[in-house]
Amino acid sequence: MTATAQTAAAQTAPPRRSLTVLDARTRRRNAAEARFRLFGLMAIAVGIAALFILLASVLANGAGSFRQTFLFLDVHLDEKVLDKSGTRDPEVMNKVTTIGYGKIVDAALKDAIAKNGIAIEGLTDKDVSDMISKEAAALVRDRVLADPTLVGQTIAVKVLANGRIDGYLKGRVTMDSAERDSNVSPNQLRLADAMIEKGLLVKSFNWGFITGPDASELRPEAAGLGIAILGSAYMMLVVLVLSLPIGVAASIYLEEFAPKNRFTDLIEVNIANLAAVPSIVFGILGLAIFINFAGLPQSAPIVGGLVLTLMTLPTIIIATRAALKAVPPSIRDAALGVGASKMQAVLHHVLPLAMPGILTGTIIGLAQALGETAPLLLIGMVAFVRDYPAAPPEGFFDPAAALPVQVYNWTQRADPAFVERASGAIIVLLVFLMVMNAVAILLRRRFERRW
Amino acid sequence: MKATRLAVSALALTAAAGVAEARDQIQIAGSSTVLPYATIVAEAFGENFDFPTPVVEGGGSGAGRKKLCEGVGETTIDIANSSSRIKQSDIDLCTQNGVTGIMEVRIGYDGIVFASDVNGAEFAFTPADWYNALAAEVVKDGALVANPNKTWADVNPALPAQDILAFIPGTKHGTREVFDVKVLEAGCQASGAEEALVAAKGEEDGKKACLSLRTDGVSVDVDGDYTETLARLDANKNAIGVFGLSFYQNNTDKLRVATMDGVVPSVETIAAGDYPVSRPLFFYVKTAHLGVIPGLQEYIDFFVSDEIAGPDGPLAAYGLVSDPELAKTQEMVAAGTPMAPLN
Repeated sequence: MTATAQTAAAQTAPPRRSLTVLDARTRRRNAAEARFRLFGLMAIAVGIAALFILLASVLANGAGSFRQTFLFLDVHLDEKVLDKSGTRDPEVMNKVTTIGYGKIVDAALKDAIAKNGIAIEGLTDKDVSDMISKEAAALVRDRVLADPTLVGQTIAVKVLANGRIDGYLKGRVTMDSAERDSNVSPNQLRLADAMIEKGLLVKSFNWGFITGPDASELRPEAAGLGIAILGSAYMMLVVLVLSLPIGVAASIYLEEFAPKNRFTDLIEVNIANLAAVPSIVFGILGLAIFINFAGLPQSAPIVGGLVLTLMTLPTIIIATRAALKAVPPSIRDAALGVGASKMQAVLHHVLPLAMPGILTGTIIGLAQALGETAPLLLIGMVAFVRDYPAAPPEGFFDPAAALPVQVYNWTQRADPAFVERASGAIIVLLVFLMVMNAVAILLRRRFERRW
Repeated sequence: MKATRLAVSALALTAAAGVAEARDQIQIAGSSTVLPYATIVAEAFGENFDFPTPVVEGGGSGAGRKKLCEGVGETTIDIANSSSRIKQSDIDLCTQNGVTGIMEVRIGYDGIVFASDVNGAEFAFTPADWYNALAAEVVKDGALVANPNKTWADVNPALPAQDILAFIPGTKHGTREVFDVKVLEAGCQASGAEEALVAAKGEEDGKKACLSLRTDGVSVDVDGDYTETLARLDANKNAIGVFGLSFYQNNTDKLRVATMDGVVPSVETIAAGDYPVSRPLFFYVKTAHLGVIPGLQEYIDFFVSDEIAGPDGPLAAYGLVSDPELAKTQEMVAAGTPMAPLN
């Protein structure tokens, strides 16, 4: 249609025209092009703004979780409380629970307050004891049980402060809110101020957030991501080990060997459909097959890995087939021409050239699997787990958590301190993803070949 | 070749998957209301005993009981947490699947509180106020009419003239059951609507109509948890939300609690039975697993011990109302007595 319009225009308009003076049509075309570019730029700007807002809010909320408030205490390990028999028999000492140890830690803080001459009017014993995280007693108990000779001595420990006190140092809790808050009193905040002055209360980097296990709602300050990171890593390992070979083998067969007929067409369409199936469906499938039928344990990374493998396979197959298709036929022809068998041509020549594309597909698939929450909820990965899973392969069968599920889990908790930790977990998840992508890019660079 | 190595290890993995090994940690699932208490106990149990820390999962009371009744064996859970009592249908399912011995352990009581934004007005409710505010049909001037009330003052002149907007738990929550029974049904009776409804629709349908809520957006079901309700209150400062007592106690700086029948909800008023909207919390243990799963007996003994579930224990500190009959429960748990048939 444009062609006829042009010839019509050429017939009516005089042919004499200067190239330097733009006619109306060219101006319109140029304007349309400028507009088109502007739209493109705007689309990118919207995308960047959304990303920026998302990252900024996550960082602003979650950065605090990497730093935590600690107390420095000299704890006197009283023999009368910890080992009444005086025999240092681990059997007997085991009977003293964290409640007994909690009293010793409380006494240590009271000593420290008295020694430093801090006097706050109306400060109750409960106020003092609530300054310290409940985790502290467990920490001291573990140290004593590991080395019973410590009993009777005074040891210096660095223990977590209570979540509300930590919130005060981070600005989440204020004097005003403490008035109304039944879990913290203004006196405790005054005590915290005095202790900061004396250097007893310090905010420092909190490795426990990255390495520690989850904690109950009574001690949000102790909750960590260690098990979730391990669980996610184990699952990714299972997904990689299973889906990459299966996916690549399936695509090589479909692309290079399979005859083109109705049946293979059907398979092809169904793979594309599978890629679009909502992930929760794979969770229901996993629950029915892997747990109820095969009898695999609940909450185990192996089940999570298997479910996510099913979810990732279509993505990898589609990407791998596209990569194989992109290898020029001349390479195959040349290999076959010099007498290579079909398998040799594929494995020695086509596959290495397709490797960068395959890796890209695998990264996309794995990244999707890493952030997947819905199917994991159904197979029990949402559980509260405090014991680290063992090293693989046994560890694949131990209960574990997963990073995205941990985020979901923490946003549901009642204590406001978990909001910060959930954002911190998102940051860790993003870093995990970036590390994975970086490794994949490095690998891709090494495999990349030009022809 | 790299691909072959990968394929071989994949095969090895799938082969290993066939032989699931013996489970050595306790597995618990069920009510999200009981979940925080169960995690607190599990954490303390893992710290103080040589057994691994139990794995605790949420998912809802009904789902937990169903899982418990799936059968006996290591692939099934040991304990189901529940914020409502087990139903005959659950027990039937259990029997059908060979789960015969179930031990019922009442761990204490939980209160349900009504709260608004901390800077909002004071409210003093009665169940009848809630019924008249939220029900589909109410009695007005002696006749049954579609709910015309716009503000709380329309419902009861003693309440502030603030638009009615309530966030109540969705029907999948155990909390909703308590809300239905202790607030709506009680309010239905107190306001005289039940009589009118029964007269108009017959015995059964009339009682059912007590629980039907108005659908003009004034009563909003929240299917998420209390954090969602809190976020919604934050966005609608005029709304009233329904929370668990422990959740409220963790957020007293953001919420202002309303009284019910003139009683302020607290651990004390609920323990004394003064505050009307409360319910018992349970967990159900599969007795066939006692002595098979290591640490199960120790865990339940520890859970109901005075130092944990007693009035000065960590559970009470978190908002559980300690059971006055705890000593009886301890005896029953120590003896491993399965529950009697429901009456």
